Amino acid sequence: MLDNIRMAFASLWAAKMRALLTMLGIIIGIGSVIAIVTVGDSLSGSLTDSLSAFGVNNITISLQQKSSSDEATGGRTRMFGMSQPAEEDLLTDAMIEEFTAAYPDQVRAVSLTASLGSGTVGGGEDTASVTVTGVNGQYADANDLELLCGRFVKDSDGERQLAVISDLACETLFDRADASVLGQSFQVTVGSKLLTFYLAGVYEYDDSGYFSMTGDDPVTDMYIPLSAAQKLGGMDKGYQSFTVVAATGEDATEFMEQAEAFFSSFYTRNESWTVTASSMESLIEEMTSMLDTVKLAIAAIAAISLLVGGIGVMNIMLVSITERTREIGTRKALGARRGDIRLQFITEAVVICLVGGALGVALGVALGGVGASLLGTAVKPSLAAITVAVGFSMAIGVFFGYYPANKAAKLDPIEALRYE
Amino acid sequence: MERPIIEMRGIVKRYYIGKPNELEILHGIDLTVRPGEFVAIVGESGSGKSTLMNIIGVLDRPTQGSYVLDGVDVGSAKDGALSAIRNRKIGFVFQTFNLIGRTSALKNVELPMLYAGVPGRQRAARARELLEQVGMSERAGHQPGELSGGQKQRVAIARALANRPALLLADEPTGALDSATSRTVMDIFHQLHRQGMTIVLITHSQQLAEECQRILTLQDGLITSERKGAGCRA
Repeated sequence: MLDNIRMAFASLWAAKMRALLTMLGIIIGIGSVIAIVTVGDSLSGSLTDSLSAFGVNNITISLQQKSSSDEATGGRTRMFGMSQPAEEDLLTDAMIEEFTAAYPDQVRAVSLTASLGSGTVGGGEDTASVTVTGVNGQYADANDLELLCGRFVKDSDGERQLAVISDLACETLFDRADASVLGQSFQVTVGSKLLTFYLAGVYEYDDSGYFSMTGDDPVTDMYIPLSAAQKLGGMDKGYQSFTVVAATGEDATEFMEQAEAFFSSFYTRNESWTVTASSMESLIEEMTSMLDTVKLAIAAIAAISLLVGGIGVMNIMLVSITERTREIGTRKALGARRGDIRLQFITEAVVICLVGGALGVALGVALGGVGASLLGTAVKPSLAAITVAVGFSMAIGVFFGYYPANKAAKLDPIEALRYE
Repeated sequence: MERPIIEMRGIVKRYYIGKPNELEILHGIDLTVRPGEFVAIVGESGSGKSTLMNIIGVLDRPTQGSYVLDGVDVGSAKDGALSAIRNRKIGFVFQTFNLIGRTSALKNVELPMLYAGVPGRQRAARARELLEQVGMSERAGHQPGELSGGQKQRVAIARALANRPALLLADEPTGALDSATSRTVMDIFHQLHRQGMTIVLITHSQQLAEECQRILTLQDGLITSERKGAGCRA
């Protein structure tokens, strides 16, 4: 067997250009599969990572318009076919209290938010862009915020104009971000309003997330008490959406369904609105299955390319056997059995395919690496894909090598020896 | 009496059997070759020489007649068994050498042993020994393309001897060589003959045939004459 392999390499080496061209189909086929799978895996890997940074246990409860009641004018305004819920349609604190009372063990936190919109902190040249959001005390819990100093917004803060800002914004304002600046006041411009806030805490800005914009001046979040935000924004008492954090170890998907059923029960008689729940987990699942579909489509294309490559290998093997008819005759005269000849040429076909497969894997990993780094995600060459690719190219070698090899094995030694 | 190496009785070979162009090449050949003999089979082209050689060499089967090679009845053997007979019993030397290209002289000599299943180290040792015997040990690592015609034929003879065959079957072994190198090759045959090797030489050259012990002339598919040659020149 070893001699067969050595022989196969020798005859490949003797016709390098031809062997390379023959392998090209295999190289491109295997290479494209590996590249796509590498990019896909890296993408879904980093997607999962960054999504779980938002909390896999987070369940978002939000209002959704009932599709059948499009005609009913339950909403106040219509924008692009979407209407806004009226104040009486909104989710209320009472509902949330009832929910937490019903599921005391499953709910770790309920995070409520009210967005005031984007604004700038500071004055003169030193300004930082922020998104001002009113939050309740449990928001930090739901979003894994890391406080550097001070404290987070509490529910008991009421309408006080306290704020928690990022270390980046803090440094812009006070040139440093430590406990010494806590309690200081600063100006925030939101829309046309100039507001004054007192610094309650500073959190560490994390720019590793997939969705974060990495620029010289990133927009960071500024958190203020929920009631303060509702008052400043002239907002209704109620929520279009909020986040429930399931307790650790709780099946988020199952709990999501329970939560959806619970809140929907308040809306059975509502003509226009109902409640849907979604979790990061379900979002990840959705994205993963989408990526899988794309991968499958690519795999189908690659399979065609491999088929073409395999036919190329078969063709070149037939040419090679015709060229080496005398050699085959000689080998038979020297005592080679049919099986010996067959094995020799199948080995040669497999070696062509395996070398092509190896080059394809190298090309695919390289291309996938370039692609993944262009997308800014970590490169994760898929070991499974490489194993399958190598196995598959070997199978192609056996499959497409068998016919020519068998033809060679069946040659009549006399005819073969006489062949010019 | 010693068992003959070749024992042929009434060998007939026909082609295109049952078709309008049916053709009988050999009309009933009786041939006996004893161990240690150096026999020449001479014939013009078209005399059936190649067909007879193919049958002697077990590359082809006779249509009629019996052929026992070194005690093995070839007539009843299957394809796989014929391969084994060629491998163990016969050493072929061809006019056009038929060395495997891009493969060293040493590996070429090893080839019949490879098919016989001899382990690698033993193969290499025996191949070196054989190359030494034909004076080619210095060229063991060379490929056929780097050897002259005479050198190629010497490697081919070494290869033919690899499995210690019962019969050395040479088909016009000097046909592609000039007279000086032909001499070297023939000297090797004589040397092997002196060592006890049974050799059948197939040629169209009367001059070459004269060097052998026994000369058979083939004409139109029949052995028409048999006479003694000069025999062992030494």
